[in-house]
Amino acid sequence: MTAIIDYGSGNIFSLGAALERIGEEYTVTSEESVILAAERLILPGVGEASHAMRVIRERKLDHIIEKTSVPVLGICIGMQLMCSYSEEGDTPCLGYFATSVKRLLPEGVKIPHMGWNSINGVKGSLFEGIKEGECFYFVHSFAPAPSLSATSMTKHGSLFSSSLESGRFFGTQFHPEKSGEAGERVLRNFINIRNKSL
Amino acid sequence: MVRKRIIPCLDVLDGKTVKGVNFINLREMGDPVEMGRYYAEQGADELVYLDISASYEGRGTFRSLVSRIAKGINIPFTVGGGISSADDASALLDSGADKVSVNTSALENPDLIDKIASKFGSQFIVVAVDALERDGLWQVMKKGGRYAANRELFEWSEEACSRGAGEILFTSVGHDGTRGGFACSTLSLLSSMLPVPVIASGGAGNMSHFAQVFSDGKADAALAASVFHSGEIPVPVLKKWLDSQGINVRI
Repeated sequence: MTAIIDYGSGNIFSLGAALERIGEEYTVTSEESVILAAERLILPGVGEASHAMRVIRERKLDHIIEKTSVPVLGICIGMQLMCSYSEEGDTPCLGYFATSVKRLLPEGVKIPHMGWNSINGVKGSLFEGIKEGECFYFVHSFAPAPSLSATSMTKHGSLFSSSLESGRFFGTQFHPEKSGEAGERVLRNFINIRNKSL
Repeated sequence: MVRKRIIPCLDVLDGKTVKGVNFINLREMGDPVEMGRYYAEQGADELVYLDISASYEGRGTFRSLVSRIAKGINIPFTVGGGISSADDASALLDSGADKVSVNTSALENPDLIDKIASKFGSQFIVVAVDALERDGLWQVMKKGGRYAANRELFEWSEEACSRGAGEILFTSVGHDGTRGGFACSTLSLLSSMLPVPVIASGGAGNMSHFAQVFSDGKADAALAASVFHSGEIPVPVLKKWLDSQGINVRI
């Protein structure tokens, strides 16, 4: 069973619907006992970083996540919150990925970065069966800087990390729940990841 | 590079999809969820569902249908029609909509854009602008393109963006239903001027119109209905052809 961590972010419906489509049971929760019993966690994401971090700390979700040893997937702002710092609201974040989140610059491109874009330099267990250059759906104005933890990179104006992996922590800047069959494959891959210890 | 998007638009009346010709004379076309799933499988990049009866019959929005759509399809979708408050938008977000589009209600109450954007983020709000060219002026229209609003296309679009619109969906009322091509020169100006993506609507009749709207019209996305619903232009054929023409699409 997957626990979708409830920190008051929007668009949890679509993520739940996507998990249902691939036959995965899930619950949306901020309860410690439920999170500790889950086989994997997803930190979903639509929202603003400083507000989201405040809710996470108020509900002690950071401490609860750190008590677990199961795979954790952050999606969009969920992944950004797992980085060390976000320029959005000048926010110290959870620090599971050793990189910081920067505002995308309108260098000949429109912001927010909205729509389908390709991921390159694809590696890691989230992307098993995913071809180099596959397109996923993005909607964001901030993104993690290029990093050694990157398992794919995307260009919109400049390059950013479109996915990250460090130990049991995984993240995608794109929305797999909105990215057609390729996105469903990424979610299925995440569900198939065996527990890894840090 | 972010791909140019192809967006089939499904007009919904009493839970069924229909296609309006110049917004009048409706012809029934089928189940919105089934059609959406079909388009997603065919490679459509997004979908737009418009509750066309909502703005003038005062009907509420179609929340239960939105949940069924969100469960059934795996690509993003926008819903519009009859959204006149942040609460309406919030209910649709909770039902699984990725974006809402506002049109008449934003013209009558521009503050609605600020409210929705600040509460749910700019990525959640598309401002739909219907406009008709008259004596060299692009007059904004409301209530399904039937009445003139006292606004001009460029200044209204710019204001909508400054209030927090994440995208502008521009429909040329004069081109809509004609199948004679999109309003490319106007779109090009609009797209160059605005900081957010522009979705072009109105006038798609053949595949080269789509190539033109992306190259000449500088549109970020193109929306059409009847050419897709009738099966005249299958989405996979269109995207393959656009790719062969050097247009950056997802295939």
